[in-house]
Amino acid sequence: MDFSFSEQQDELRRAARRFLQSESSEARVRSAMETEQGYDSRVWEQLSEELAWTALTIPEAYDGLGMSYLDLHPVMEEMGRALLCSPFFATICLGANVLLVGGNEAQKEQHLSAIAAGKTTATLAYAEKGRENGADAIRATYEHAGDGYVLRGDKRYVIDGHTADLIFVAARSEHSRGIEGVSVFAVPANTRGVTRTWTPSMDQTRKLAAITLDRVVVPAGALIGEEGRGWELCERTLDLARIALAAEQVGAAEMCLDMSVEYAKVRKQFGRPIGSFQAIKHKCADMLTMVESARSAAFYASAVAGQGEVDLGEVASSAKAFCSDTFFHCAAENIQIHGGIGFTWEHPAHLYLKRAKASEVLLGEPSFHRERVAMRMGL
Amino acid sequence: MELQLNEAERAFQRAARAWLEEQLNGPYKDLQGRGASGDQDSYIEERIAWGKAMGAAGWNCIGWPKEFGGRGCSIKEEAIFNEEYVRANGPGNVGHIGETLLGPTLIHFGSPEQQQRFLPPIVSGDEIWCQGYSEPGAGSDLANVQTKATLAGDEWIIEGQKIWTSGAQYSDWCFVLCRTDPEAPKHRGISYILVPMKQDGIEVRPIKQMGGSAEFAEVFFDGAKAQKDHVVGGVNNGWKVAMGTLAFERGASTLGQQYLFKQEFEQVVEAAKKSGAAKDPIIRQRLAHAWIGLKVMRVNALRMLEHQGADLNREALISKLYWSNWHRDLGKLAMDILGPEAEILHGAPYELTRMQKWYLFARADTIYAGSNQIQRNIIGERGLGLPKEPR
Ligand SMILES: Cc1cc2nc3c(=O)[nH]c(=O)nc-3n(C[C@H](O)[C@H](O)[C@H](O)COP(=O)(O)OP(=O)(O)OC[C@H]3O[C@@H](n4cnc5c(N)ncnc54)[C@H](O)[C@@H]3O)c2cc1C
Repeated sequence: MDFSFSEQQDELRRAARRFLQSESSEARVRSAMETEQGYDSRVWEQLSEELAWTALTIPEAYDGLGMSYLDLHPVMEEMGRALLCSPFFATICLGANVLLVGGNEAQKEQHLSAIAAGKTTATLAYAEKGRENGADAIRATYEHAGDGYVLRGDKRYVIDGHTADLIFVAARSEHSRGIEGVSVFAVPANTRGVTRTWTPSMDQTRKLAAITLDRVVVPAGALIGEEGRGWELCERTLDLARIALAAEQVGAAEMCLDMSVEYAKVRKQFGRPIGSFQAIKHKCADMLTMVESARSAAFYASAVAGQGEVDLGEVASSAKAFCSDTFFHCAAENIQIHGGIGFTWEHPAHLYLKRAKASEVLLGEPSFHRERVAMRMGL
Repeated sequence: MELQLNEAERAFQRAARAWLEEQLNGPYKDLQGRGASGDQDSYIEERIAWGKAMGAAGWNCIGWPKEFGGRGCSIKEEAIFNEEYVRANGPGNVGHIGETLLGPTLIHFGSPEQQQRFLPPIVSGDEIWCQGYSEPGAGSDLANVQTKATLAGDEWIIEGQKIWTSGAQYSDWCFVLCRTDPEAPKHRGISYILVPMKQDGIEVRPIKQMGGSAEFAEVFFDGAKAQKDHVVGGVNNGWKVAMGTLAFERGASTLGQQYLFKQEFEQVVEAAKKSGAAKDPIIRQRLAHAWIGLKVMRVNALRMLEHQGADLNREALISKLYWSNWHRDLGKLAMDILGPEAEILHGAPYELTRMQKWYLFARADTIYAGSNQIQRNIIGERGLGLPKEPR
């Protein structure tokens, strides 16, 4: 394994930064986040059609570019840096990964090229109301009905769930518990009985939705992977998504650091730049130390994911825990370093603080992930 | 998360492993694991002999260029060797100051005569060096050194005092930062002088550390002599030379150090399982956090080693601050895991267990080689371009 980004990956990063500087400027982020849809359709078209980001990790057989998970890493960092409002994370890091991990040939053919082309957006609905992150979070049920299945339940915190075209739903057979009996189904959003409601949230830059499934009937072909083995599929998908999210957190944390440093150089008090006071300088030094270390954690996880490692649990949880702590820390320090202006609606610092908190609890908060690492350490 | 080795590197690794195993299970068996931090004053003579054996077998200074007696090994090969050394439980290396600090300084700044005189005995393990920087009034503010050197004929006459000098008790030589021009601004009047330790004008008084051992000392210079031409890099140019020494720290040793940390960490995990602390959710969180931190440290180091170019990249700048805090926290965690048993000594009067030793010694990690605060200044200024401290 190489421990630095390749020239090609650096180029992807530069291109992403150029694009996002204009298409995901602060003003553009603010206007996108104020809509219910939560993103600018024009930008989605550009990034899927012109930049082909949606095709990056999709295999060539399904009209993708067949690039590695590590190739995605710099792009994720840049999206985080720019706080891009986009269904990218839900569609690629959750939706497409469900299919890549567990889909059969027909299912992949049916959906992946549309996803690669940006024509279909997707998401994964697994969590339900509460703070549970493991398989116990899944209480929605399915039962056999004729050739197909009937789903019932109430999903929460579904990323871009109110706009996604295709929803992968995790449900369990009645009376099953824990990791047993979980299955995953592909449910087109317009299926009868599916009700989707945007749930406005503190972080406006990534939308969450509630999805109720009221006797939703799906055909046999909707089952992804083996019946009853859905938790494994969910876990691997979630781990892949956590790794991408960790990379996104690194980029956003670094942006907080950059904002802080820039401000510390120009803001003067007591006749000198505040960055000359150690109380501020040392905060920045600690932020840099955390950002580079978080980058190491996420980089390693992305690299391992690209190599097809079977159990991603430890690296994914390590990266997610470390990068969550880092992003939140940097976002919070950024506000402190900015003083009063950092507390205003007008200044972007709060957008990062809010994204940091939302990302921290998304797909498992740090303590959940550390416990998961502890289990894998044999503790 | 291993280093990726090619065939030649694997052969190198096998050779190192074979030699270390043979020696450390044979003639130098007693030295396994001795002389680490907190235990540096034990087995001195045996460890000096060990250094010579390493030299005779070609394992000292392997990263130095061949023309200076090294093997011209790559950073990666050095890292391989350091890992093997720790794996084999190699003893604390009494020659490391000569190998990692003075040698590279001479290679870079020394005259050909100085190089010929001083480098070979470092490679062979025949001469042991110590670092005479800190003084009672010059710690972090190193440029404030007051120890004075005055030229009298062919010799420098040195008056003053150094403190915290690691290994002064058994060193043959010391590189001493001396004030040679009291009139000049403080960074300009300093010289880097090579001083023999075994002479009448020098008195060494060991200082007992919190762990009970005496790994450093006060060094008093009262008319001590050094040869006129044993100034490195020119008279009054010592500040530049001293700063250069810092830049030679390229981090190949960090992988070896991390291997050591990993061993320590594993002991802590074992202790947690044994004592039942591993069932405590908060201890579990802390252990997982430490484990994640250790792996991150390793990737940081591997990224640092892959970085090409002379400049220090960000991973290098953060390295000291990161590892020293990690290690200090692990020490505390180890004690928390042991509970009341953590207090019980190995024996009277004050014989510490291995874990107690590194727990206590880790309190120094955040002080020497640039304290945490100084590291943050450096990161802030060199890494982020923030305004400089008053000097
Ligand atoms: C185990 C050990 C081995 C050592 N070995 C050697 C050796 O072999 N040779 C040698 O020359 N020295 C050696 N030292 C000395 C070491 O380099 C000094 O202790 C170190 O430079 C700090 O200096 P000081 O102890 O005088 O503390 P001070 O410099 O007085 O620092 C005291 C406190 O003030 C803080 N501080 C100082 N300046 C600033 C600043 N500008 N901004 C913010 N905070 C500041 C420090 O971070 C620290 O917390 C050793 C020290 C230890 C602990």
